[in-house]
Amino acid sequence: MQGFSTLFYKEILRFWKVSFQTVAAPVLTAVLYLLIFSHVLESHVEAYPGVRYTAFLIPGLAMMSMLQNAFANTSSSLIQSKITGNIVYILLPPLSHLEFFLAYVLAAVVRGLVVGSGVLAVTMWLAWPEFKYPLWILAFALLGSSVMAILGLIAGIWAEKFDQLAAFQNFIIVPLTFLSGVFYSIHSLPAFWLGVSHLNPVFYMIDGFRYGFFGASDVSPWLSLAVVSGTVVVLAAFTLQLLRTGYKLKH
Amino acid sequence: MSVAIRFSAVKKRFGELEALKGIDLEVREGEFFALLGPNGAGKTTLISVLGGLTQADSGKAEVLGSDVQRDYRAARRKVGIVPQELTFDPFFTVRETLQFQSGYFGLRRNHAWIDELLEQLGLASKADANMRSLSGGMKRRVMVAQALVHKPPVIVLDEPTAGVDVALRQTLWAFIQRLNGEGHTIVLTTHYLEEAETLCNRIAMLKQGELVALDDKAALMASHSARVLSLRLFPDVLPAALQPLLVSQEGGAYQLKLDDCGTLEAMLATLREAGVAVQDMEILKPDLESVFLDVMGRKRG
Ligand SMILES: Nc1ncnc2c1ncn2[C@@H]1O[C@H](COP(=O)(O)OP(=O)(O)O)[C@@H](O)[C@H]1O
Ligand SMILES: [Mg+2]
Repeated sequence: MQGFSTLFYKEILRFWKVSFQTVAAPVLTAVLYLLIFSHVLESHVEAYPGVRYTAFLIPGLAMMSMLQNAFANTSSSLIQSKITGNIVYILLPPLSHLEFFLAYVLAAVVRGLVVGSGVLAVTMWLAWPEFKYPLWILAFALLGSSVMAILGLIAGIWAEKFDQLAAFQNFIIVPLTFLSGVFYSIHSLPAFWLGVSHLNPVFYMIDGFRYGFFGASDVSPWLSLAVVSGTVVVLAAFTLQLLRTGYKLKH
Repeated sequence: MSVAIRFSAVKKRFGELEALKGIDLEVREGEFFALLGPNGAGKTTLISVLGGLTQADSGKAEVLGSDVQRDYRAARRKVGIVPQELTFDPFFTVRETLQFQSGYFGLRRNHAWIDELLEQLGLASKADANMRSLSGGMKRRVMVAQALVHKPPVIVLDEPTAGVDVALRQTLWAFIQRLNGEGHTIVLTTHYLEEAETLCNRIAMLKQGELVALDDKAALMASHSARVLSLRLFPDVLPAALQPLLVSQEGGAYQLKLDDCGTLEAMLATLREAGVAVQDMEILKPDLESVFLDVMGRKRG
């Protein structure tokens, strides 16, 4: 337990010491997206009846920022430790695989939540995103960040160089997040792309999250909850197995 | 006395390369043990197996009775390893680094021991400095402190003095000797053979993944290298009868092999009969370096 809490705290401190890059910068990016897209599209798009496009966009951008930062936290921490070699100081102590897993993932979830709250705190003054069901909001924030934190852990374990990690991010994470309905309601898509979107777990994270704000969504929030929780469970089991076998961390 | 470290038939390959070819080795509790061998012999690989950083292909390793794979949490609590590579986390200060390391071992309130480590290793004035700002020697000291935060009964140092200044070597060895005196088992690898010779009481030598020598220091030195008798003669001619014993001839002195002191009498008699006077005489004791070269050379091919 002490081992877990120390590693968790260390991971938190690691991003907090450089919070200008790890928190302030992504919040600023999200705000810029919002200003530009809402300026261009506000008068053209109405995703849900009675919801302004700017308001509609806010939860999507908040979720996207959370997901990207949760992924960045685990993956960059691990790859840096592997490349500099200081991962030995984590591997030599008697930390269990579960402690290792939980510490990295939860610290990344915290970063996701801090960034997401930052995005909401700044953008809600531009358009009020209602906050109808706070528990749904929280549930999807936690689960969505967890999924990406675990994917970041997998990527960090797998990658041996920074460019491999960048490839994982550019070819898997970015497409999944952009093609998930951050900027639009997927009901506006042609049937084929609608079907494809339904295969993307990130779609369910954003749709469920948005339901918490407006009480309206493309699919039932219960379905989204089931899909996202299921994804967490499967990825967690897979990652714990990787850690148990020492894949790429031990020779 | 019980066994601190036991390797049983440990094998490890890296692709085509057999880094460890079945190592059987025991280090007893309380020993100051040297693991010697040229670069690439497999010392670091063996230590990595002990720390669980590398999984052996077969065989097993134990620390004070705990298997490093099956019972890895217990094994890791009992051993502190100073890795060979100089690594650090640039995000944190020296004290943070040590507090985290302590926490990973489950120790929350460890301030007194951390302060003592800082003091003993000459780090006290750098406690709140960022790791990035330290010199190489200072970083090495922090690595030693990190390995000792949990007061491990078994301490393994992989070339801790490679490329560091004399001051660190002295502070480090004084501290490690104190810990050995208090009952900690010490294993070290080093390229400075005189260091191993003064500090250690048992020695293993590794060559290309095989154990080629393992003995008490005294026994190893006695068995692997005869003494040498150094003579200056007048007239400067070595009698033919002594030629077979000649090892080398430098600076006007003849170095003769001296298997045991009993033969000294006969050698002197031979000289007297040949009418050669002894101007100067010295008996040279073998040092670890000559033993090392002897062992590594003899097992070649
Ligand atoms: N991760 C690795 N991958 C491939 N070869 C390795 C690896 N680690 C060590 N080796 C090789 O194994 C041999 C033993 O290395 P090492 O244990 O570091 O020797 P030493 O510490 O005695 O100098 C060397 O030939 C080295 O190149
Ligand atoms: Mg080595």
